[in-house]
Amino acid sequence: MSIFLDKNSKVIVQGITGREGAFHTQRMIAYGTQVAGGVTPGKGGTNTESGLPVFDTVKDAVEGTGATHSIIFVPPFAGADALWEAHDAGIRVAVCITEGIPAHDMLRVVATTPGMRIIGPNCPGVISPGKSLLGIMPSHVFKEGNIGMISRSGTLTYEIVDGLTRAGFGQSTCVGIGGDPIIGTTFVDCLREFANDPETRAIVVAGEIGGSDEEDAAAFIKEHLAETPVVAFIGGRSAPKGKRLGHAGAIISGNTGTPESKVKAFGEAGVPVADRPSEIPGLLAARLKPIPA
Amino acid sequence: MKLMEYQGKDLFRRVGIPTPNGVFSTTAADVRDYVAAHPGSWVLKSQVMMGGRGKAGGIKFADDAQQSETLARELIGKVLKSIQNPDGEEVKSLLVEEKVDIASEAYVSIAIDRARKRPIVMVTRFGGMDVEEVAEKNPDDIKKYWIDPATGYSPFIGRRLAFSAGLPEGYRKAFPAILGALYTLFMDFGANLVEINPLVLTKDGRVIASDAKVELDDNGLYKHPDLARWNKQSPADEDQAAAVAIGLGMSNYARFADEPGEPPKTVGTIANGAGLGMGTMDAVKNAGGGAANFLDIGGGAQADLVKKSYALVTADPRVKAMFINIFGGITRGDQVAKGIVEALKGPSPGADQPVRQVPLVVRLTGTNAEEGRAILAEAGFVPVETMDEGAARAVELANANGKK
Repeated sequence: MSIFLDKNSKVIVQGITGREGAFHTQRMIAYGTQVAGGVTPGKGGTNTESGLPVFDTVKDAVEGTGATHSIIFVPPFAGADALWEAHDAGIRVAVCITEGIPAHDMLRVVATTPGMRIIGPNCPGVISPGKSLLGIMPSHVFKEGNIGMISRSGTLTYEIVDGLTRAGFGQSTCVGIGGDPIIGTTFVDCLREFANDPETRAIVVAGEIGGSDEEDAAAFIKEHLAETPVVAFIGGRSAPKGKRLGHAGAIISGNTGTPESKVKAFGEAGVPVADRPSEIPGLLAARLKPIPA
Repeated sequence: MKLMEYQGKDLFRRVGIPTPNGVFSTTAADVRDYVAAHPGSWVLKSQVMMGGRGKAGGIKFADDAQQSETLARELIGKVLKSIQNPDGEEVKSLLVEEKVDIASEAYVSIAIDRARKRPIVMVTRFGGMDVEEVAEKNPDDIKKYWIDPATGYSPFIGRRLAFSAGLPEGYRKAFPAILGALYTLFMDFGANLVEINPLVLTKDGRVIASDAKVELDDNGLYKHPDLARWNKQSPADEDQAAAVAIGLGMSNYARFADEPGEPPKTVGTIANGAGLGMGTMDAVKNAGGGAANFLDIGGGAQADLVKKSYALVTADPRVKAMFINIFGGITRGDQVAKGIVEALKGPSPGADQPVRQVPLVVRLTGTNAEEGRAILAEAGFVPVETMDEGAARAVELANANGKK
């Protein structure tokens, strides 16, 4: 099994004829994702180069293909509208890659799209290795297996997953939750899904400075995942306060969002925090080792 | 974008939040003329971004035109310094406001609660002081409410908060409307924070915003092109301006000051992606060095941007070695390698300054990494395999170069 995405998930691409949308559609198809078509207003009735049907609206695309999943490549000003259109058309899982959507648009969107799982925005997407890719990750570093991976970053995820794969730890599902202040799916949402996924035997949480998502994750692990091996990493531990580092969410203000608070929270939940990404496979191996009788 | 007080109050008036009477001014002559035309007691408030301007001597009181001109002359051009801002900030403009007779001071703010994904309203009857101090000493006196963006604001929220926070009776009629207007501002202008401290109840029974703190979400600024001019007027963050100038996002470049007790910040860093950028800084620290900067070249970076980024980072004279850490996803390794080779060839035709060269360590993996490594090898570089190895090597080179 996997979370959010499996080999039968039927996908449409919002913004399929744009530069990014077209490029990543090809990569997703090559990986084996069930891409059924896409949406570009005004190009309905045409086909993409690879022969996929293009629709004018998400409603048409869902009715025409039976898709349940959508991946969104639209400019920031159109992000909220695209998510609302997906929700209106009955999409169940929407991955929003777009970076730069105003936080207040997302406040409105998350409050008004019940029943739709939004991943992102400003995220690399989701991959269930060996099954399906709904995102922009370089798929060759991933390998099918039993480790659940959640991360706020894109490239840092690749760095960590590459290490896991090289050490022989394949992954059940990897979710890049996104670096914005307001995101649809948090670490805790992912952990809740992993807790119910029999194929996920251990979990890696790659957080970063800013916000309190890591602290919330630690509290959830302590309460509900005490038996599951979990290893954490926190990016930006050497950053000074008040500096915004790339991700809109990665800013330490006052005493909230500090690495100290996050390390402490994981410590209290019995979760080791790796100082370097390269230490993660070792910490995982130690926690997965069966206790001798 | 952080706004100055006069800009915040401009937005307050647009949504209907009462502010004191007054005028914004950049010259002492204008201040004199205004006060001469409006006799009374006036407050001259220096317009700066930094906190603690009152203690730094940035607020003065004048009772006539002559005095107002003298004080305005004194303030405009003065460099105010505070504990939070030891370097100081020059006063370029003043807000001249009526001096009000204060009966009571309250505090109200709206900010984004990331965890609950809702705007959070905070109210306390202890206004006019540092709210962090109130939070520490009397946390129960700060009343909170999380507004559901699906339904929006309704006056009961303001009434409930006014009662529970124990605001004096004089506030009760005006407060729900003021909070509603503040919520409108928060959502419509896309504010990360709106704060009125103090919200004054005057002896003649008016409720007015005596100060204004507004921080807008940069991602939402495109909706308000008329506010862009403020962005240009604010004291620009040098790093942000430099990033934008070479085509990076505003938050993609930041320099870090040296800190006592920490290794000197001598290693320049460039990575693709914010997470890896932060990881790279951390790796340098773990290797016993100090990262002079954070630079995220973003996804899909082309050779030219890599070259400009290299020049930007090495323009900081503290940088004694460079660590470029690329995990190719959308970013292709060969593009990055071309940029590096180009950068090290010296200035491009037409560039006015040569690019400063420092010892370089490149870690390149992921998409098209082999092609990239081949390009680097051809140009005489040996890329390293891992991030830890690269960081250690860069710290070593920076230390050796620094001793020269």
